[in-house]
This record gives sequence, C-alpha cells and structure tokens, in this order.
Amino acid sequence: MIRHAKLIAAKDLRIEVSAKVLTAQILPFGLLVLVLFGFGIPPDRRVLGTDDEASRSLLEQASPGLFWLAILFSALLAINRSFAIESVDGNLDALRLAGFDPAGVFLGKSLAVASELVVLEVIVGIGAFLLYGPPLGDPLLLGSTVLLTTGAMAFAGTLYGALGAGSRLRDTLVPLLVLPVLAPVLLAATRATESSLFEGSSSGWGWVGFLGAFCLLYLGAGILSFGSLLEET
Amino acid sequence: MTTEMSPESEATQPPRHAGGSESPMFSSTASKVTSVLGWMSIVAIGALLTLGLLISPPEVSQGESVRLFYIHVPSAIVCLYIAFSITLVGSIIYLRNQSVFWDLVAGASAEVGVLFLAFTLATGMLWGKPTWGTYWTWDPRLTSTAVSFILYLGYLAVRRLDMDPVARSRRAAVLGIVSFANLIIIRFSVQWWRSLHQGATIDPRDTQLDDSMLASFFLGLVAMTLTFAWLVVHRFRVAWLEHQLEASQLETAIAERTAAAGPSTGLAPGGA
Repeated sequence: MIRHAKLIAAKDLRIEVSAKVLTAQILPFGLLVLVLFGFGIPPDRRVLGTDDEASRSLLEQASPGLFWLAILFSALLAINRSFAIESVDGNLDALRLAGFDPAGVFLGKSLAVASELVVLEVIVGIGAFLLYGPPLGDPLLLGSTVLLTTGAMAFAGTLYGALGAGSRLRDTLVPLLVLPVLAPVLLAATRATESSLFEGSSSGWGWVGFLGAFCLLYLGAGILSFGSLLEET
Repeated sequence: MTTEMSPESEATQPPRHAGGSESPMFSSTASKVTSVLGWMSIVAIGALLTLGLLISPPEVSQGESVRLFYIHVPSAIVCLYIAFSITLVGSIIYLRNQSVFWDLVAGASAEVGVLFLAFTLATGMLWGKPTWGTYWTWDPRLTSTAVSFILYLGYLAVRRLDMDPVARSRRAAVLGIVSFANLIIIRFSVQWWRSLHQGATIDPRDTQLDDSMLASFFLGLVAMTLTFAWLVVHRFRVAWLEHQLEASQLETAIAERTAAAGPSTGLAPGGA
C-alpha cells in the first residue's frame, strides 16, 4: 500500500511539475484572494474593544480566518485538478487494471495534494503576514496547526473529490460536497491559528487535537472506502 | 432469450398489472397502509394545530412565538435523528449486499429529511426574529443545522449524478455513511466554538412548560413522525417505479435493436 502510494504521489507531482498548474494558476489565485479580502474589509478600520484588540486593525484580527479561507478555496482547485488528471482516457480504470491497491491510490493522491497545499500555505502565508501584518506568537502551535489542517484538507478532499470523479458535473459538485465537510476544519484551524498568533497557546492545542482526530478519521474512511469509490460498473 | 421477446406484448403489460397492489411492482404509490398513514398524519396535524394554536397558553417570556416550537423541535428531531439514521443504515446495508431496495430507502429518507431540515431552519429563523431580535444568530444549533443542510444537499446531488447507476449508488452509500459522521463532527465543533466565545443563548429546555405545552410538543413529535413516514413511503415507491421503468426500458430497447438488426448482423453500419 505504501509503495503504491509513493508511486501515485510521485506520478501526480511529476505531472504537476511539468504542467505547472499549481504555480501558474492556483498560487496566483490564492494570493489574489488575499488581496481581494483587503477590499472587502477596509485595511484601516479598527475595532473597539480591549486595549490589546483596539491596537489591531480589523484585517489583522481577521487574518487567521482570511488566510485559511484563501487556502480552502485554493485547495478546492487543487482537489479538482487532482481528479481532472485522472478523468481523461479512463485513467482510474487503468490504475485499477495495473493492480494498484485502492487504499494506496487514496494515500498517494492525498499525499500529492498535501504537498501542493504545503507549498501554497508557505507562499500564501508569507503573503498574509506581509499584507495583514499579524505578529508571530507561537511558531510551534502554528506549525502543528498548518500540518494537521493540510492533512485534514488533503484526506477529506481526496475522498470527496473521488465522489465526483468521472462525472461532467464534477467542477460544481466537489465544492458543494467539500465545503460543508471542511467547515469544522476551517473553524478549528482559524481558532488554533488565532491563538498561536495573538494569545500564546492557551486554547489552541485543543483545536489542534480536534484537527488530528479529523485527519485520522478521514485517513481511515478513505482507506476503507476508496475501493468502493473507484469501482465503476 | 431476447429473440422470444416481442416489444408489443412488453409494452402492453404494465396496464394489465394496474390495481394489483400485492405485486412487488407498484402500479400506484398509494396502498391501504399509506392511506391509513396519510389520514393519521392529517388528523395528527389537525389536532396539533388545535392544541398548539388554540388550547395551549402563550409562554411567559417568549409569548406566542413559543408555538413555533411544537413544529420546529419535532421536525428537527425527525430529520436529524430519524431520517439521516435511516440513510446511514440503508447505506451500510447497500454496501454489504447491493440491495436496490435499501439504496432507494436511503435516498428517499435523505430527500424527505432535507425537506424537514429546511422546514426546521425556516421555523427556527422565524422564532429567532421576535425572540432574539434577528433572523440569524451564530447560535451553535442554528449554525450546525445550516451546515448539515448543505451537507445533505450534496448527498442528494451525488444521487443525481450522470453516471452508471450502480457506481452512483455505491458512491451515494459511502457518502451516506460519511455524512452521518460529519453531522456529529460539525455539531461538536460548532458547539465548542461558540462555548468559547459567548454565553449560552436562550435554551428552550430551561423554560417552564405547562402540561398542554408538553402535550402539544409530543403531539407535534407524533404528527411530524407520521408525516415523515408517509412521505418517505411514497417517495420510495416513486423511486422504485423509476428504477423498474429504467430497467424495462433498457430491455425493450435491447429487444428493439436486436429485432431491427436481424439475426445475422451484429454491429450497426459504421463509417466507410
């Protein structure tokens, strides 16, 4: 299973390196979303509150949520892309004919999506720090949050991406399926990031635990169900 | 096998079956059981309207708007606990033995469940306006119910995918199982999220309940469950008829093509 996963992940990343959809389209989209949020929330508007909060702009306070929203929207594109490359010429059937373990296919595709997401998160994250200017409070908590959120998005995204694979309605269906499922992940990631940036690490680790549990659940669900999802007719 | 089939006799068969309610292939979606169920639902709704709107008193703090609870809470219980559990069970059984029956039961239950969920959201928002002064507040129940609504709309969308019916049913079954887990995850995360940031909102369970109010609530539960069961049975039978029709159309089409092509030619004339 692990060997198959490595093969699939390597294949997907090789396609990605030669097609450059991530760097040429998804990444600019993520950065653009960051800039557009600045238009939606006026950058110089401040919130009245405690002394600590009053010194921050609304945009800076909302930056964890806005960052994760930008990543979530970009992740949808990455997930769709991950199955778009399998939809042509009956690729999924070919993978099955080649004797690939469905669980391995799931893991491999998730790993490829996760690696793409990490690249996205690093660059969009740097963009968010530059544009919104939040402080960097607790790097360890931030790092764990990013890592587990990536896993949660990749595992759940791959499972739901497969549900729409092979259908002409895939492009519109996958966001409808993935967004409500990832809503708790967005919530947890935003809270944990908020706490890592602004508060130190008081309540953030609880949310990191939640993200970890979500990751494990979807890892298990994907491994168990991918066989049924890939099987056509 | 196909050579014996005559398309004419096939086409005239379904009308002859009409009226035979004991045959597994329904000719109408009504039967004795469902008409009894239907009348019971209507009577229960009528009794609920009388008890809930006329007999029971307005509540001390919420006033008249408390009457919305007699339909709001029962419909929430029916969709979140009964409907989606049936979908879960149906999906599990379908994945185990590929029974079309359970696949269609899961789909019918989810479809009516989504209807009840929409009704729950609408009545909840109507209640919120006079009570909280706004249609929408980020109350944990309200928020998680809204996300669950979208979740099951996605399930229904997968059931309508343009693909092979067996593969589609299998995908829907996987989704029916995972969605139930999501229902719990969403509820849990939203509750935790709000509990960190704001105090508890008005909890309907804290308020003092009059006997006639309690009676209205339980009658509401009965009325909603009966209506749900009635709608699901009908929805299932429509789905079953559609399934039968699709199967028979395919057979007829194969028979027609075989007859038109004749015994010697296997393939349709292709391009030169």
